[in-house]
Amino acid sequence: MAEYLIKNGFVFDPVLGIKGDKADIAIKDGKIVETTALGSPKVIDAAGKTVMAGGVDIHAHVAGPKVNIGRNFRPEDKLFGYKARSGIERMQGGFSVPTTIRTGYNYARMGYTTVMEAAMPPLYARHTHEEMRDTPILDQGAYPVFGNNWFVLEYLKNHEIENAAAYIAWLLRATKGYAVKVVNPGGTEAWGWGLNCENVHDPVPYFDITPAQIVKGLIEANEHLGLPHSMHVHANNLGNPGNYTTTLDTFKLSEGIKPNSKFGRDQVMHHTHVQFHSYGGDSWVNVESKAKEIMDYVNSHENITIDMGQVTLDETTTMTADGPFEHHLTELNHLKWANADVELETGSGVVPYVYSPNIKVCAIQWAIGLELALFAKDPMRIFITTDHPNAGPFIRYPRVIKWLMSTEAREQQFDAFKHKDKVIEATNLAGIDRELNLYEIAQMTRAGPAKALGLAHMYGGLAPGLEADVAIYDFNPNEPYAPDDIETAFLNAEHLFKTGVQVVRDHNIASNGNKRTLWVNAKVDENPQVMRDVKEKFLRYYTVTLNNYEVTGHYLPNPYVIEVDATE
Amino acid sequence: METVTLTIKNQPDLFLEADTITPDAFAGKKIEEIADLHVYVGREQHRLGDFFEISGKAGATPEETKIVVNGDLSRVKYIGMKMTAGEVVVNSNTDMYVGAWMQGGKITVNGDVDAFAGTGMKGGELIIKGNAGNYLGAAYRGDWRGMQAGKITVTGNAGSDIGTFMNGGEIVIGGDVDVHVATHAEGGRIIIKGNAKSRLGGQMVEGEIYVLGSIDLMMPGFAYREDVDVDVDGIKGRFALYEGDLGERHRKRKGQTIYAKLYQRIEA
Repeated sequence: MAEYLIKNGFVFDPVLGIKGDKADIAIKDGKIVETTALGSPKVIDAAGKTVMAGGVDIHAHVAGPKVNIGRNFRPEDKLFGYKARSGIERMQGGFSVPTTIRTGYNYARMGYTTVMEAAMPPLYARHTHEEMRDTPILDQGAYPVFGNNWFVLEYLKNHEIENAAAYIAWLLRATKGYAVKVVNPGGTEAWGWGLNCENVHDPVPYFDITPAQIVKGLIEANEHLGLPHSMHVHANNLGNPGNYTTTLDTFKLSEGIKPNSKFGRDQVMHHTHVQFHSYGGDSWVNVESKAKEIMDYVNSHENITIDMGQVTLDETTTMTADGPFEHHLTELNHLKWANADVELETGSGVVPYVYSPNIKVCAIQWAIGLELALFAKDPMRIFITTDHPNAGPFIRYPRVIKWLMSTEAREQQFDAFKHKDKVIEATNLAGIDRELNLYEIAQMTRAGPAKALGLAHMYGGLAPGLEADVAIYDFNPNEPYAPDDIETAFLNAEHLFKTGVQVVRDHNIASNGNKRTLWVNAKVDENPQVMRDVKEKFLRYYTVTLNNYEVTGHYLPNPYVIEVDATE
Repeated sequence: METVTLTIKNQPDLFLEADTITPDAFAGKKIEEIADLHVYVGREQHRLGDFFEISGKAGATPEETKIVVNGDLSRVKYIGMKMTAGEVVVNSNTDMYVGAWMQGGKITVNGDVDAFAGTGMKGGELIIKGNAGNYLGAAYRGDWRGMQAGKITVTGNAGSDIGTFMNGGEIVIGGDVDVHVATHAEGGRIIIKGNAKSRLGGQMVEGEIYVLGSIDLMMPGFAYREDVDVDVDGIKGRFALYEGDLGERHRKRKGQTIYAKLYQRIEA
């Protein structure tokens, strides 16, 4: 493979602790190496530019059945956004639910190289993998959902952690999944009865278990296995005024549990899109920010990481395994609604949504997301996401970075709100003058998520030995700039290397890359009971046989296995 | 106002997608530049000048630009799409999406139009001297934003699904219409001077439909309220007022539920 030397850039790398100093980055055989290890490299002049590791997205909905339902039932989302095939680039379309091809290219254009699909229904894992396979450039993994799964509910009701762990290990292998995802624990199953679980102690109908037992049990099972990533939760009561107490109650379920993982993470719970979970008040009339209360807790508890779920004020497509929430949303905005039940496993819903700057609640949501990041004491534990596409499309990450780095940009947005004064009153943001620097941005978009995923040995930094994922942005942090310059630069990486291959050259897609799909193979002791339960449930309830369930062969042409030994 | 005249000289093998035939695209351009504007046949890109003789002169702004299109345009789509001002006169039958998403100005078609004319229209005036196809003034597939404002006038008949997801503006049909009128509409007014078939106002939330002729079959979701005198937009007479769609959600104003209204003429 070609050798590259990226010379004289302003490097921001939390792994090496470089905060904007000039440094040279060397690439050889797909890895970062010492500059002395190079023979005759191709030299990239990065003088006056910003150099970071490739971005890592810990939570986005980019592949699988609900994303595709979004694509199918929103032809208007791609109406005027098609781009014809040209040169190396294949045809692209869509904005909030882009095609797989555009997903890969647009992440690459932003300097991202790793993107995790945040909710994979196990029964449709094959579909999810087919879409990831068709997404160019990116390294990806997918989190199967466990929080409403009948096996899990039955094992955890009796606190059978070893059985739950053995089932998780089996399902990760069967679906080629990466981590344990939990969406509205118990609530989506309750939705099958037309009900919901709105707090952590609401019983799940029929199963006689509570969300608290599910979350805590899954954390324990996750640590029993020692998986790379922690349990990854979207808590109950998403999107409702006053829900911050449910969020705090969920956080508290992790108290006293220490990580048991060889992969270097410090957390046992990752709580996703916390913006949607930080609301005070008791109605949409008096909804207010509780970001301060939420972040006080996160800042003082090192075994938790979170991501933002930043509202970007766009027209977008919401999609989640939180079926009851999507019903709530369609009752609110009267737009089209898709709803699905996934047999023994989960459910989902899809509804388009317009986050309008003229609507007070949308503006409050916008402020809450930014507050979370700006109240953060440790940027290695809070990550930039938009819960793509739920709070906004991922293509807005550069805009989120702009808002976080510039009070001027935030003031401009405040001025554009129709109900500016009411929004200021209901939130803390106007009183915050913190401006994040590029080092903190690198923590929130690279090193932090890579570490939380248990992938710090591959991604998130520029230390020799790591994968050669390197982004070079046309942005000089030492010269005066306007807020919009930040967004422009981070939207259009000048160069991007992915595992040593140059995928963006001079702002253009130069290669379809060498994409891989990461999955976790957790070896456990033989567990005849769990295997018997699996066989029995497939026989009695599933509409498919086990042979038509497992993800193998052509569904996964470029696997990258992460081995975990959880045998006694 | 300056006028550019287009006369079709080559018929496309497939259909010609000519969304560049608008005052907005032409304004401020020389004839050679107008001839260089892009059009598509299938997936192939061509020049407007490959298909049309172009003469005259464009105005400096869309407001000052008039376009006259001559010849057989029955295989040309998207004329006047997204135009904001100025005028377009089409002296022929033409294909789909005439005046789609138009925001202002005026389009006159001296012939028939195919489906999706005035789709998602936000303003301006669309006059069709012949018949209109299906989905007149409707929303694009999947979208919930049909005609928002402006006026569409059809001298002849219209097809099915007119005014689907209509939110505002006015559609006047001189003749008859096919099934599905104002489905999902949340505003606007549709006047049908001839006869209607069935499924008028299905899932309609707000807005008005006037039918001067017969209705084959009324939706069960519409309830007769009373006979009223109507004097709207040149339409005068005694009408039976129905309200619906009773199966849909409806907002309240001052304690009163607001329904969609369907008026059928009893006598002139």
